[in-house]
Amino acid sequence: MIEQYVASLSSYSGDIDFVIILIGVLVGFWLLLAEGIFFGFIFKYRAKDGVKAGYVTGEEKEYTRPITWAHSLVLLCDVAIVYFAVIIWVDVKQNLPEADATVNVIGQQWAWTFEHPGPDGEIDTEDDIRLVDELHLEVGKTYHYKLSSNDVLHSFSIPVFRLKQDAIPGRTITGWFKPTGTGAHDIQCAEICGIGHGMMGARVIIEDAETHAAWVQSHSTPMLADNSPEQGTTDEDR
Amino acid sequence: MMRPIATTREASGTPTGRLAVWWVIASEIVIFGGLLAGYLMHRLGHPEWASHAANTQTWIGAFNTFVLLTSSLSAVLAHQAAERGDGVRAANLLLATTFGGLVFVLVKSYEWTYEISHGMTITANGFWAFYYVAAGLHALHVVAGMVIMVIVSVAARKGRELQRVELIGIYWHFVDLIWIFLFPLLYIAK
Amino acid sequence: MSEEGTQEVHEAAHESHHADDHHGDHHHEESFFMKYLWSTDHKMIAMQYLFTGMFMALIGGFFSYAFRMQLAFPGAHVPGFGTVTSGEYNALVTNHGTIMIFWVAMPVLIAAFGNYLIPLMIGCDDMVFPRINRLSYQVFLLSAIVLIASFFVPGGGFGGAWTAYPPLSSTAEYNLTPLGSTLWVIAVALEFVAFLLGGINFITTAMNSRAPGMKAFDMPIVVWMIVIASILFMCSVGPLIAGAAMLVFDQQIGTFFFDHARGGDPILWQHLFWFFGHPEVYVVLLPALGIVAEIITVFSRKKLFGYKTVLYTTFATGILSFFVWAHHQFIAGIDPRMANIFTVTTLLISVPIAELLFVYIATLYKGSIRLTTPMLWALSFIAEFLIGGVTGIFLGASGADIYFHDTYFVLAHFHYTFFPIAIIGVYAGVTFWFPKMFGRMMNDTLGKIHFWGTIIPFNLIFIPLFFLGGWGQHRRIYNFQHYPELAGADFQQLRVLATVSLLVMLGFQFVFFFNFFISLIKGKKAGPNPWKSNTLEWTTPSPPGHGNWAELPNCYRGPYEYSVPDREDDYWPQNEPA
Repeated sequence: MIEQYVASLSSYSGDIDFVIILIGVLVGFWLLLAEGIFFGFIFKYRAKDGVKAGYVTGEEKEYTRPITWAHSLVLLCDVAIVYFAVIIWVDVKQNLPEADATVNVIGQQWAWTFEHPGPDGEIDTEDDIRLVDELHLEVGKTYHYKLSSNDVLHSFSIPVFRLKQDAIPGRTITGWFKPTGTGAHDIQCAEICGIGHGMMGARVIIEDAETHAAWVQSHSTPMLADNSPEQGTTDEDR
Repeated sequence: MMRPIATTREASGTPTGRLAVWWVIASEIVIFGGLLAGYLMHRLGHPEWASHAANTQTWIGAFNTFVLLTSSLSAVLAHQAAERGDGVRAANLLLATTFGGLVFVLVKSYEWTYEISHGMTITANGFWAFYYVAAGLHALHVVAGMVIMVIVSVAARKGRELQRVELIGIYWHFVDLIWIFLFPLLYIAK
Repeated sequence: MSEEGTQEVHEAAHESHHADDHHGDHHHEESFFMKYLWSTDHKMIAMQYLFTGMFMALIGGFFSYAFRMQLAFPGAHVPGFGTVTSGEYNALVTNHGTIMIFWVAMPVLIAAFGNYLIPLMIGCDDMVFPRINRLSYQVFLLSAIVLIASFFVPGGGFGGAWTAYPPLSSTAEYNLTPLGSTLWVIAVALEFVAFLLGGINFITTAMNSRAPGMKAFDMPIVVWMIVIASILFMCSVGPLIAGAAMLVFDQQIGTFFFDHARGGDPILWQHLFWFFGHPEVYVVLLPALGIVAEIITVFSRKKLFGYKTVLYTTFATGILSFFVWAHHQFIAGIDPRMANIFTVTTLLISVPIAELLFVYIATLYKGSIRLTTPMLWALSFIAEFLIGGVTGIFLGASGADIYFHDTYFVLAHFHYTFFPIAIIGVYAGVTFWFPKMFGRMMNDTLGKIHFWGTIIPFNLIFIPLFFLGGWGQHRRIYNFQHYPELAGADFQQLRVLATVSLLVMLGFQFVFFFNFFISLIKGKKAGPNPWKSNTLEWTTPSPPGHGNWAELPNCYRGPYEYSVPDREDDYWPQNEPA
């Protein structure tokens, strides 16, 4: 259902979608059951002339038993949900598989700066490729991202990866992802960061090995002294 | 203003005034608790704060602790006097307690003047920021307590509303207790 | 205090009381000022809170109109507002949320209904501390004035979201609203003080001033709920008051509690905020649940299914609510292992709440249900809140929250909880107690028109938002045309649908205001107990006089003895001797 509009393009996006659908099925069942009984009661027990209501204390065994059953089932569903949610959480947020490459992601008011390894394949070296609002990745490669902020809280969100992580000024947070399909997709800032928060969209461009290699080569000039975007908004964006 | 019958009822077994004071104290504990928890977390993460904390003047802090404890004693004696119906004595003892609070505030003013004039301001670093906010919030509660105490003593002197002597005493003990936590956290932990 | 001392004091109080006892008669005409503006009467203070809350709802509703118009028709001129700039958009959503929670839900559900109902339902003449009660409203009014002032200062109103995360909220260079930000924090802090003051009255009065014979478990559920909510509030707001002081200092005098560059920590604010923020949602939920309990018992003529169960699940929810807060911060940069603990506690808290809703549904079983306007509201609360509750599971499950955090899915979830609380619960309570408060009946036909004209559009506003959130749309963004994958026509159509539904819903609110005011003047006169309810407030005239009763009632039974077998009447008021 999510995939209808948001492709599933990372190694863990399918797992996250699975948890979401699992929750949907389980809570959907209980929701429909509860609403069904609820509306059923309203209809069945609507006031009728001469018919008095019952007197039920709620402590009668005939009622407490089905309720206890329902409890236990709800708890079971919760356990199942917790189990799968925690597994995927640990995979995305606690594990850190070995990286094929690392990218630096820097948020600021109001743009994203992405630093990619240059032809030497290493990040934080002279030939790094720095782009504003564009992240280039090679499909099938495992990436670490090192996320930070220059000013306020931002949040790095790539919906097609089902990934999100807040960026905190003064800290570098490391995470990972592995793109599994090519294409160009949205990156959004997921933490309100001032009047330009709505203009911090960026793009992630996932390419096959050849195209990506060609892109790296074409950008192999050393970084300019100050490539950072200007602060503030422009009127045309209103 | 006529007191509603509601105020005189005691279904829980505790008079309404005392019940109210305890609830106020409960919410105050959470306010100071939150602040001090924040301070503790920072302090644990910033070992270098010890070097700033070294500059607090332990003797002045100790003197102030003694002053507050003594004032709590006079508050207890005031309560005892009120129990016996001796409004005049209760009022005098409340004023003695208030005087203790005044000494506390004056000593603190001297202390802070010294610290501020030597660059230990609220914006100097994290330790001093917490120091002034925590001790300042406490001092505000001391002053508020002093004001209420004077008001209660005026009525008590005329033999009226003597039950309030105990209530302001409970509040004062709480203010004292907060200081008992602040003193080691700000003055002794170096 | 010693026994003798207590006895003396009470005798003294009683004597002075009887000396100028004037319950039930007006021994002097009060001036307009004394009666309406300087009153200590709990019923008048309740009205003050009610009307102030309703006024603030107009402002909060107007803000939602403006920002939804911007979302549906980006860049267009919004009638009554002008074009919405990106900065104004942020201020609109920030203050919409802040107002609806702190200046609508809390004052109306807790302060208005609490003040009005508690003394009446437990059979006493006022709150135990009437002057503190008056002070609480005055502080509240001041807080509302400070908030409104924040919109008009240079720089405009605060736009950093109702959650006010620093460094954005603490630093003027980042938020560009130096004065607005500080006034906003001060307004919220003052509101907290007002409710701490009010809470003293609710808790102490309910604990102490019950009618002779009314045990704690004979109190109507709504009284319990407001008291528990006040306790929850008092025990959770402290850290945020400390945090607010720290934030104002960071904003104005250059401290750096939340500035990492100089040794502070922005995440500290988040913990202080959410430690309060999560219990806060139960603070507003509980009174609404209480109102629903009163209404569904009266209009199904049935005892509440499990009075003690309701209480125990509420206690459990209240306690658990202190252990779930970091589910708002799963991806905020906290230690990821903490997230696992909070996922467990968060899913756990869904169990007592689910149980409570089951009890309410079970109350309808074998009932004799009359679908009056208040009953429609109370029933719709249950139907809508169920949706809100189950959609919370998606967010409490950490793995799923990675995707849903900060999307419109969150927004839709909390509107399916907050709208029942702040809007449905309020309308349920107002339509139910209007006869008691004002001595007249509201028009039931208009009431039903208003009901359907609110409920149907409500669902049409927020169901699309579940989908938009699921499809990647993030929050607090003023123009989705900037995002190629969100700018398509099919998404925009859903946004337009939501906005148009909002316009329809807002339009129908005029039906309520019309009904309210016309009923005040020309409504059918109401007797003391038009709904045939058991609880004590329905045993006084409508509206009650000063002091509520000429002679305070005694209590002989619980509040929900409806349809007792072998009795002719299908109700049995609490004050009727056996």
